[in-house]
Amino acid sequence: MHELAVTEGILKVVLRHAAMNGASRVVGIGLRIGELSDLADEWLQRYFDYLSRDTIAAGANIRIERIPVVFRCETCGDAFPVRLSEIKDVACPACGPGKASLVSGREFTVQQIEVI
Amino acid sequence: MADIRLIEIREDILSDNQQLAEEIRQNLHRESVFMLNLMASPGGGKTSLILETIHRIRNEFRIAVIEGDIDSTVDAEKVAALGIPAVQLRTGGACHLDAPMIRMALDGMDLSALDLLLIENVGNLVCPAEFDTGATKRAMILSVPEGDDKPLKYPLMFSVCDALVINKIDYLPDPGFSMTVLKERVLKLNPGIRIFAVSCRTGEGLDEWVRWLREQVRACQKP
Repeated sequence: MHELAVTEGILKVVLRHAAMNGASRVVGIGLRIGELSDLADEWLQRYFDYLSRDTIAAGANIRIERIPVVFRCETCGDAFPVRLSEIKDVACPACGPGKASLVSGREFTVQQIEVI
Repeated sequence: MADIRLIEIREDILSDNQQLAEEIRQNLHRESVFMLNLMASPGGGKTSLILETIHRIRNEFRIAVIEGDIDSTVDAEKVAALGIPAVQLRTGGACHLDAPMIRMALDGMDLSALDLLLIENVGNLVCPAEFDTGATKRAMILSVPEGDDKPLKYPLMFSVCDALVINKIDYLPDPGFSMTVLKERVLKLNPGIRIFAVSCRTGEGLDEWVRWLREQVRACQKP
């Protein structure tokens, strides 16, 4: 994943909403990131601190909620979770390997911000 | 001590790029232009495939190429030498092309005078998979010397593409590359992907690739 480009995207969204809500400082940012978005969490805060240093979001603490990978079996319609290490062998627990569609795991959203 | 307010946002971080990519796609559709985003590792054969494709299809369609590189005009010059319009995007450091860059390239073109637009993305199996360029379809190249374990190492790239061109088959047999194993791995990630085996050097397999491309371009044209 692309930490720097993505961090810029996060900062843009955060500053826009902070401005829309008349905030003077952003103290916290809640992100929802799917497990398939293969982002290195520890770098994200560091890149963010660097990019936000002259903005009202400087010092904001980033919290990441990881969304698990869930597939839906196209044979029986049931949804089932998949561990990232098993992603190449996706198989419905009931029907075995076959066509399955991705239900969750690729999210990349700014869920909320905490402002003063 | 001021109270901390919680503001719900729920906005997709990549939404700006995604939105612009959709607009580009609609623009291309209105102008009946088929745009292909071609991706691969450095040296995989993107430019070669583009040049070989141009040779085989230039009498049927009006073509232009958007070249993406961190620096240099090497690739655009090769295309321009064939008399095909080429725009070279120099990203200066960005390792992938995104929708805003493609939009800039398109703004300098007359889409009504084109049928086929080929994007040669920056050599990279990681980031280009994440950034929608607004292309109609995506294709990637994997060359035989790179090995058959790449789908395991770069699953996203293999899963977002509509077509996979296996290049440099003139290197076979190669101990690090089993065509059967490679195809199995790819189809597991992406059952709907079309796979072509070619050699840009010898010409083998290119007719089938061009046939697919021709179908795609024709599907975009107004009846």
